[in-house]
Amino acid sequence: MGATVQELLSKYGLIALLLVLPVVYGIQDLRDDGNLAGIANNLFDGLSNGAIIALIAVGYTLVYGIIELINFAHGEVFMIGSFTAVAFWGLIGLGLGSSVIGLVLGLLLTLLVAMATCGGMNVMIERVAYRPLRGAPKLAPLITAVGMSFILQNVGLLWLGGSPKSVDDLIRAQDDLFTVIGINVSRADLLAFAVTVPLVVLLTLFVTRARLGKAMRATAQDPEAARLMGINVDTTISLTFLIGGMMAGAAGLTYALYQTTIWFFQGFQAGLLAFTAAVMGGIGNLRGAVLGGLIIGCIQQISDNRISPSWTPAIVFAYLILIMVFRPQGLLGEETREAG
Amino acid sequence: MAILEVRDIHTYYGNIQALKGVTLEVEEGEIVTLIGSNGAGKSTTLRSISGLTPPREGSIVFRGQDIAFMPPQEIVRLGILQSPEGRHCFQRMTVRENLELGAYLRRDRQVAEDMERVFDLFPRLKERERQKAGTMSGGEQQMLAIGRALMGRPRLLLLDEPSMGIAPILVERIYETIAEINRQGTTILLVEQNANYALGVSHRGYVLETGTVALADASDRLRENPDVQRAYLGA
Ligand SMILES: Nc1ncnc2c1ncn2[C@@H]1O[C@H](COP(=O)(O)OP(=O)(O)OP(=O)(O)O)[C@@H](O)[C@H]1O
Ligand SMILES: [Mg+2]
Repeated sequence: MGATVQELLSKYGLIALLLVLPVVYGIQDLRDDGNLAGIANNLFDGLSNGAIIALIAVGYTLVYGIIELINFAHGEVFMIGSFTAVAFWGLIGLGLGSSVIGLVLGLLLTLLVAMATCGGMNVMIERVAYRPLRGAPKLAPLITAVGMSFILQNVGLLWLGGSPKSVDDLIRAQDDLFTVIGINVSRADLLAFAVTVPLVVLLTLFVTRARLGKAMRATAQDPEAARLMGINVDTTISLTFLIGGMMAGAAGLTYALYQTTIWFFQGFQAGLLAFTAAVMGGIGNLRGAVLGGLIIGCIQQISDNRISPSWTPAIVFAYLILIMVFRPQGLLGEETREAG
Repeated sequence: MAILEVRDIHTYYGNIQALKGVTLEVEEGEIVTLIGSNGAGKSTTLRSISGLTPPREGSIVFRGQDIAFMPPQEIVRLGILQSPEGRHCFQRMTVRENLELGAYLRRDRQVAEDMERVFDLFPRLKERERQKAGTMSGGEQQMLAIGRALMGRPRLLLLDEPSMGIAPILVERIYETIAEINRQGTTILLVEQNANYALGVSHRGYVLETGTVALADASDRLRENPDVQRAYLGA
């Protein structure tokens, strides 16, 4: 009897939990406006916001999956990605007066530059701060990760100063493009999906199909056995950091265009949310990180718009705690980790 | 000429010395076994050959080339493949994916053929092709670990305790297969605690005691040696 109740709770309790906010405010919308447009817009904005979080979360989860390290510096890599993107588009002369073609080509180039910069930087971070500590107790690289995070934060602080800096609204982010079934799709929304969806699809294909992707999964599951297959584990770990960094770079550009404000502290804030997303989805699990990012984006939007922005962090983390209590391994995490 | 010559290797785990000068040889076409009790250094010897824990001193010559300080992937490339102690199958991958990873460094076109050969040797794996390794029994995972090593086309196959934790009836089947693999032309270095089986299938054997070779002889003579019988054959 007790067991079945518990089973039902863990199965449907989680779904019920995730549905509480949208259902409550959906009912409120129906009562007040007679339709669901309000909550639908919140959820849609939540998804586009969450897409950026998801891109960052992927980097936490890939790295954790392969060396069981929380790369605290990852949020800062994302921040540097935004800074690099803004500096680079300034350098190639993108501005409010640029033509549409110039803008599209220029931003594509900026995307590549941000991805390459952040990917390269993440590889260097691993070489300098984590690889020398591979055999050391787990706490040692954790501390160097925190150290790296602070160092990069200070780089950002020196680069653009201590207060938020607004950047040119190149894509007129808040302009609505069109409206479907009462949902307003802005240029920012389109951008977030246009960057995230192809990247996540490509990444998933790479990890499941490509030879190097298989090497990554093998190394994540059993590094020693991977060595015995002839997989170069060091190279594979570098590759993981490269990919995670590239995703953070893409997120950095998207964030700068989407929010039109950048500052040195954005990496800490977004990084914390992305890390939470990765844990919520089941750390080490790629799809979990994406799902976690989208869910957090939605919770954030609903809370910002319906409750109060000052409550948002508390609500996001209350959700995290509840989800972990129901499913300690995260939404899509494995039941157990295999030994060895 | 010996395909593998291990000369006086000393291997450490941090400050703990596990091998205190191990010397052994494997001839082309042979099955050589390494027996010894817990902690004698059998696994460490195989790990040293594979490059997982390189020796601090000594040399390991494989087909004329010193491999003692090569990284594991180079050693695999030369044709030394290992089925490690405890099997170490990729738990969340299917049987087929595990076998494909065994052929990770190969670029030739005969991988599919070799997979059929592995399925012929272990029909059980064919039935379980799409099953996740982690959900299989210990015996099945042992077959998978051996099959996976075979997928790398080994010139020298290292097997670490293929009988560990497996029912006697299945151990017999696995040992028949090991003999068959050797008949098909693969040289094998076999580590076992179960000396009965190991000395039954092998041509020569070494007895390891606390990090050194205590005895080396033809397997049938080792089986008749009273010291070996007392210590390792439970007589
Ligand atoms: N990772 C390690 N760290 C420290 N010492 C180790 C490690 N692995 C093995 N040793 C030590 O090295 C020695 C040899 O171990 P090894 O695993 O080679 O023995 P073995 O002959 O394979 O034993 P078994 O039959 O139990 O597998 C032992 O004293 C063991 O305690
Ligand atoms: Mg052993």
